[in-house]
Amino acid sequence: MGQYILRRLLQFIPVFLGVTLVLFVLTRVIPGDPVKLLAGERSQDPVVYEAITKAYGLDKPILVQYVNYLGSIVKGDFGQSIATSREVTTIFKEKYPYTVKLALAAIFVEIIIGIGAGVISALRPYSFLDALVTLSTSVLVSLPVFWLGMLLQYFFGIWLKRWTGATLYLPISGAHSATFPDWVHLILPAVTLASVSTAYAARIMRSQLLEVQGQDYVRTAYAKGLSSRAVLWGHSMKNALIPVVTFVALDLGAMLSGAILTETVFNWPGIGYTIFSAIGKRDWPVVIGSTIIVTLVFMVINLVVDIGYAFLDPRIRYDESKA
Amino acid sequence: MPLDDDAAINAAREKSGEPAVRHKLEFPTTPLGEVPAGGMPTRTLWGDAWRRLRRNKLALVALGYLAIILVFAVTADLWAKPLFGEFMYVDSTTVMQTRFQAPSAMHWMGTDDFGRDELARVVYGARISLAIGIGATTLAVTLGLLLGGLSGYYGGRVDGVIMRMTDVFLAFPYLLFAILLMSVMGPGFWSLVIAIGILGWTTIARVFRSSVLSVKENEYVDAARAMGASDLRILGRHILPNAMAPIIVYSTMSVGGVILSEAALSFLGLGIQPPTPSWGRMLDESQTYMTTHPSLFIWPGLAIVLTVLAFVLLGDGLRDALDVKMKD
Repeated sequence: MGQYILRRLLQFIPVFLGVTLVLFVLTRVIPGDPVKLLAGERSQDPVVYEAITKAYGLDKPILVQYVNYLGSIVKGDFGQSIATSREVTTIFKEKYPYTVKLALAAIFVEIIIGIGAGVISALRPYSFLDALVTLSTSVLVSLPVFWLGMLLQYFFGIWLKRWTGATLYLPISGAHSATFPDWVHLILPAVTLASVSTAYAARIMRSQLLEVQGQDYVRTAYAKGLSSRAVLWGHSMKNALIPVVTFVALDLGAMLSGAILTETVFNWPGIGYTIFSAIGKRDWPVVIGSTIIVTLVFMVINLVVDIGYAFLDPRIRYDESKA
Repeated sequence: MPLDDDAAINAAREKSGEPAVRHKLEFPTTPLGEVPAGGMPTRTLWGDAWRRLRRNKLALVALGYLAIILVFAVTADLWAKPLFGEFMYVDSTTVMQTRFQAPSAMHWMGTDDFGRDELARVVYGARISLAIGIGATTLAVTLGLLLGGLSGYYGGRVDGVIMRMTDVFLAFPYLLFAILLMSVMGPGFWSLVIAIGILGWTTIARVFRSSVLSVKENEYVDAARAMGASDLRILGRHILPNAMAPIIVYSTMSVGGVILSEAALSFLGLGIQPPTPSWGRMLDESQTYMTTHPSLFIWPGLAIVLTVLAFVLLGDGLRDALDVKMKD
């Protein structure tokens, strides 16, 4: 076990260096000079241009910049935004809570609906309800997230508002308003963000439960006279849930990286939209710093999930050939 | 010989006055063990798979749908303009009279904010989506087979480096990576193919790698090597055919995924640029008129969902037909 953790930790380092290097190189070869963009349409005083370039260290060779940057992020210094001169960490602290809130709300939807649908489907395999769940998961997986967001906006924000004479509707934009408490603003973005993962969670739940239900220890539990409810919750679910929990945990990691499409459609002030608009402004310190932090969160969650999984299922640890 | 036995038995029965019996040999309608003219019908793996796929109604409907939109998309130049008029560029003199028309016999899906026929634009969007879907998948599969093959076949340090590369690609937020790549290359058709293709190689590489690992110790691979086959030939001619089934299933589903990625990037303004119609771009433009003309965002969205769903269902069908075990 200790060796497995150590090996996973050692794999962590090259992957992290790889991610940061890719980020650094990509942002340097993207056309567009952030210092020039700062001046907008006006022409810039060459002296000022030089000074800003120097201040951000953009005059040095790229590898030097990379090493310097790694040195400073170890100290927790992610630099300043070129566009607003604010500390990247300040911007991050301001935006990240919105992403976390949205991710947690989406995971909640995913757990309740995904696991629920999967269990219903598995208890009566090949029934009408099972077919319905299976087909809906296929449709959900095929929906563009942003289009689902637009449909929900239209139905709950425009059509319902018109139909009920503005007595009943949901907010379709932003995270705060005078009319609604904050949590109501979360509903539509959370459902949108959760859609695809909910479908996958339901599928995994269904196939796992079907597999476990056929196993000997479950038959034994039935044979000793337990009710099907007791077998389901006391025996089958315990094992069937492990892969589902793993999936949901990994998905949380992915959602915490920011949801660019959902945040864009719903004007949600999270980190995904912040990074996306910073790319447009060529504001590289914000892009690189924020991406590094969210990637780090994602990798740590992955690591914890893998170790937890290996802890729960000893077979993983010895399975060297597993990709 | 059974008939001789019958003769012997009947001779005995005749003596004792019992009626004669005759054991008739029943031949199956298609003779077994007898080679018909033109040789035995060969039952190949692919033939079997096709027979199984034909029994899956959903997969057949999906295949039919894809075939139809492919024909419409490929032949669009022949009929779209004569039927629906100019739909690519804006003619300012006609815009005011023809914009935002409701569906009619002339314009089945109505017209958009520039007075262009919506159906023609959706069909042209299919061209873009299908071309990028197939193009980027081809690139991703080629890269994946190459790198996965190297990784599994040579093992050791090569394997380590390539697997860490897949880890980097998987750790990087997908859409963010795609956006950065699009920003490097600039918007456009080929940038989309390359960006999405480059990002898609990891899964196929891992699938092929594990196939190589499980197959490369087989004796027939040793035999090929003993006969002097090169590494590339062993990988391509002896290992790849054995790993084809999961690759076909994955590629089919992947085309759907690529179409979604293309739509997302175009929606964000980084993909196909106007006036060329692309489903994602059309959805982005329709946002302005969502309150007043919701049909403009319904049609392109429906087109995406149906097409992606068709690839997913076809992939599901192929998975069952080829008996590929995959994680859900």
